Amino acid sequence: MTIILSISLVAELMEYLIPIPVAASIYGLILMLLGLVTKVIPLHKVEEAADFLVEVMPILFVPPTVGIMASVEELQELLAPLCVISVVSTVLVMVVTGRVSQRIIRKDNAAMSGKETGYVPQSRKSAKPYED
Amino acid sequence: MKEILTQSVFFGIAISLLCYECGMWVKKRTNLAIANPLLIAVLLIVAFLLLFDIDYEVYENGAKYISFFLTPATVSLAVPLYRKLSLLRRYPKAILGGIGAGVLTAMVSIFMMSIVFGLSHEQYVTLLPKSITTAIGMGISDKMGGIVTITVVAISITGIMGNIIAEALCRIFKIEEPVSRGLAIGTGSHAMGTAKAMEMGEIEGAMSSLSIVVAGIMTVVSVSVFANFI
Repeated sequence: MTIILSISLVAELMEYLIPIPVAASIYGLILMLLGLVTKVIPLHKVEEAADFLVEVMPILFVPPTVGIMASVEELQELLAPLCVISVVSTVLVMVVTGRVSQRIIRKDNAAMSGKETGYVPQSRKSAKPYED
Repeated sequence: MKEILTQSVFFGIAISLLCYECGMWVKKRTNLAIANPLLIAVLLIVAFLLLFDIDYEVYENGAKYISFFLTPATVSLAVPLYRKLSLLRRYPKAILGGIGAGVLTAMVSIFMMSIVFGLSHEQYVTLLPKSITTAIGMGISDKMGGIVTITVVAISITGIMGNIIAEALCRIFKIEEPVSRGLAIGTGSHAMGTAKAMEMGEIEGAMSSLSIVVAGIMTVVSVSVFANFI
């Protein structure tokens, strides 16, 4: 917890000092990742606190979202575009991400066919029923 | 009585936790994607505050101590990402290419639709980070001058929808590789969609949770460019 809070502090400082619009939490995330990758921060020292914070994270969004009470007018104005944009762009993002990465994977597999790639393409049987 | 209760900083904290518990309970009971604990909690709290005529500021007075943990929690997202880094090394091109294409699609599609709807800069940047995880999206919206609370609502709607349509969408558009399915779901609908990806399979779940943070970071960079367009 000490490490996480210290990184948060450094991150806030960076947000203040670096003149680009990036939130402190992003600096912190990248610092933490760099620390872990370079082994400066041992995983076992932060693991427990980090897992806890990630697990309870949705609760942390409650207060800022209740703030919607103060923005009802803005929300009403934006509601129709918000819904349309959410639906359309979510579908587009999923399809593009899926298709592009699938194309790359299959191309790589074709290029490396015969060699041991450690990956077996698993085209799912499309007859697979819903699981839920 | 009301004054004593609401003046305590524990009022905002307790009501937040209690209402979230209710949300979790409903979610567990119904197992519906639409029964999102966050949205249920927010609806309950807003209803409660309105019913008893309590100002948002009074609630915020205590609740802000909960939000205090947002930065440390976002920093902690590095840990699950670190654990998944070996996956990134196995399919670097597919992962970075796929997520990059997805993030770009989000930016361009939101930009174009914002023009169609004639949105203001404030409204536009409010919606730009809507596909990524709330922790990172809130930061972006705030930094760019968006309305953070509406960003959270848009992110939640996206997540719930992604969770519901993911499976059908993969089938219709023949996204068959488990890796690609996971990437698509995580990039399109962050953590709420990832719950569905985990049901679909282990690879899907792992890829989806990797995508949450990678897409989040890529979005931070892209938004700083795209935000200037409106």
